[in-house]
Amino acid sequence: MRPALSADAMRLAIPALSLTVLLAGVFWLQPRAMSYVGLNLLFNLAVPIALATIAQMLIMAVNDLDLSMGTFVSFVACVTATFLRDAPLLGTLILAGAVLVYAVLGVVIHLRDLPSIVVSLGMSFVWGGLAVLLLPAPGGQAPDWARALMTTKPPLAPIAIIASIVIALVAHLLVMRSSLGVLIRGVGGNERSVERAGWSVLAARAAAYGLAGFFAVLAGIALVGLTTSADANIALRYTLLSIAGVILGGGEFIGGRVSPVGAVIGALTLTLAGSFLSFLRISPDWQIGAQGVILIIVLALRLFLNRVEKREKGQ
Amino acid sequence: MTGEKLKAIVEVADAKVCFGAVKALDGVTLAILPGECLGLVGHNGAGKSTIVSVINGGLTPHQGNISGDGEVLTRYGINSARARGVRCVFQELSLCPNLTVVENTRMMHRHLGGFGWRKRAKEVIERSLDAVFPGHGIASDRSVGELSITERQMVEIATAFSHAGVAPRLVILDEPTSSLDASLAEQMLTYVRRFIAAGGSVIFISHILNEILTTASRIVVMKDGRIVADRPAGDWTERGLVEAMGSVVKGEAHRRAVRDLAAAPVVVEQGGSGMPFRARRGELVGFAGLAGHGQTRMLMKLHAAQSSDWLPRRDPAVTFVAGDRHLNGVFELWSILKNLSIGSLGDLATRGMINAAAEAERGAEWKRRIDIRTQDLANRILSLSGGNQQKVLFARALSTRAPVVLMDDPMRGVDVGTKQEVYEIVRQQALGGRTFVWYSTEMEEVCLCDRVYVFREGAIVAELAGDAVSEENILAASFRGAAA
Repeated sequence: MRPALSADAMRLAIPALSLTVLLAGVFWLQPRAMSYVGLNLLFNLAVPIALATIAQMLIMAVNDLDLSMGTFVSFVACVTATFLRDAPLLGTLILAGAVLVYAVLGVVIHLRDLPSIVVSLGMSFVWGGLAVLLLPAPGGQAPDWARALMTTKPPLAPIAIIASIVIALVAHLLVMRSSLGVLIRGVGGNERSVERAGWSVLAARAAAYGLAGFFAVLAGIALVGLTTSADANIALRYTLLSIAGVILGGGEFIGGRVSPVGAVIGALTLTLAGSFLSFLRISPDWQIGAQGVILIIVLALRLFLNRVEKREKGQ
Repeated sequence: MTGEKLKAIVEVADAKVCFGAVKALDGVTLAILPGECLGLVGHNGAGKSTIVSVINGGLTPHQGNISGDGEVLTRYGINSARARGVRCVFQELSLCPNLTVVENTRMMHRHLGGFGWRKRAKEVIERSLDAVFPGHGIASDRSVGELSITERQMVEIATAFSHAGVAPRLVILDEPTSSLDASLAEQMLTYVRRFIAAGGSVIFISHILNEILTTASRIVVMKDGRIVADRPAGDWTERGLVEAMGSVVKGEAHRRAVRDLAAAPVVVEQGGSGMPFRARRGELVGFAGLAGHGQTRMLMKLHAAQSSDWLPRRDPAVTFVAGDRHLNGVFELWSILKNLSIGSLGDLATRGMINAAAEAERGAEWKRRIDIRTQDLANRILSLSGGNQQKVLFARALSTRAPVVLMDDPMRGVDVGTKQEVYEIVRQQALGGRTFVWYSTEMEEVCLCDRVYVFREGAIVAELAGDAVSEENILAASFRGAAA
């Protein structure tokens, strides 16, 4: 018999549910947040995190993990606040080169059969060093177009919400609907069978890494658009936030099971958890720990539902 | 006849493949003509899967050539094989469990891409599923991981027979009915017969001889990387096939005298879906049957049942010799000595600290006893040859105090000389009262055992003891005759 909800729908139900519960909690504590400005303030920092989460998700789709996400986004932010503003052509070339480096990393990791964790950990020092070289002290200025994009006020819904929906849609089309997305997830699911069907696993992995680099570049630009200036350490938290976002959104570390819509919801949930705790008047000293507790609760819920599902299947 | 001879779809001429010292294929010549169903039978290590890999382009033979439709193909690979309509259903699952049925179909057909591929792929796979398994009831938008094993195998078979741009001309079915029930297997075999009548070809590998005899038009028997018999299916009987798979000269030289162990106490016992397992003190118990029919799982079960989940026991009851050295045998970065002593560190330690002198002494003792060929036990384990690495793993297990040793096909890829030495050690240890449970894919080793359990489809189906332990009896039990 076919279950009422497919496993994929179940996978998405939990992050959606936890976001709703958190949002209800925030509105109950602070009814004024239930407005155009309030929503934008709650979610605008979620946009770069959502982009970084999508980037991490692409890497996790091929059973790898990127520990350099935070330093890479910081590096991109520094490039955006300096070169991309003062010399747009050079800035664009630098960012394009960075995306290329990501694709090359994918090739190296595949060819030499290296653990991605080690390679990306090493690269995190490279990106971090480059960022410090560019901006030894916080500074720089956001390009006007990036600033304008992140602060537009579209009718009906605030830009943070619209941007999140657009990111989720584009990522969904790319990862879940396109042939390339099927190939990338196939590599995560069963590399041998992709190979046996005559595809190049190397190309698939390079594509996944290249796309991840592209989304991470967008994350850096969006971040600078919000903060107006950059700093070499601006996005260090993004490494763990992006991984947590993917997992919260129903993704898994191995097996090519990822969900772009879930990942964006996961990023929104993580951002909201911080605000929720502030509204609860929990002192900042305890906030990181409390955020961890929220993460553990959501993940425990997911494990529990997985177990229930498995038991039903076994019968 | 029009006078023109039919050209083979794929023809392999004098193919040789070696994996290290093992000759997987030793000069095989095989042509598959259009409109024939070739049955392929043989015991473990006969070279069935190797010849399949050569035909589907996954493996380039070290010698010999491949031709298709009358012309020699110099650059034959996976893609050129698929372009010629060669498809393969593998014994293990070869779909991506995280993708839906439609997405898996997309992946198997390279030229299905472009806008709207989902709809085209859905049509392709549903047409094929309907044709092979009418009334299958599999929704093509479900992910493969959600399907039952039977449904997965149905999808896999349907994918192989599906037509998207390149029509299938030669489909290789490796144990296709292993997860199908009788009626589904019959549906599939009916479809195979129709496919052949329409001019397609099939290579059919199965351990159910009856299926092969009723479906195949020609049956090839392989042994030790060679084709030993090739006759039309009508000339074969079940008995004839089993006899052809066996060797002509029996390696009885190493047989030990039959011992009466009925009085010895039982040390391990385990129930299961088939016959119960029982091993006595000092006994050599063999596990036989085709690879992957539950022998390793049984060893794991025995190990789990005899050892604690949390803290190691003070007196270990069982010890394990792994077959796949790289996967679960050696610690590649460690020295030979550390690889040897890891199994019995508890005995070598006092108050939690390892006694280095005792460790070195024990290492030297085993180096002498089983003749590990190295200058210095402090060398890295990978400096040893494969056979000597395996000896270290044996020493690791034998140097413990466990009365029962479980062995998971430990002689894979080991040279003949080392094998003889290890057989001798095992024999001596058994005389000393140790029990060995030995899963082996090599007939010669199984025939060394006092008693043999034959596995088929995850259960013990036969128990052979004393003089009944013979290649013929083991083969007869590993291959099922009539579909029961």
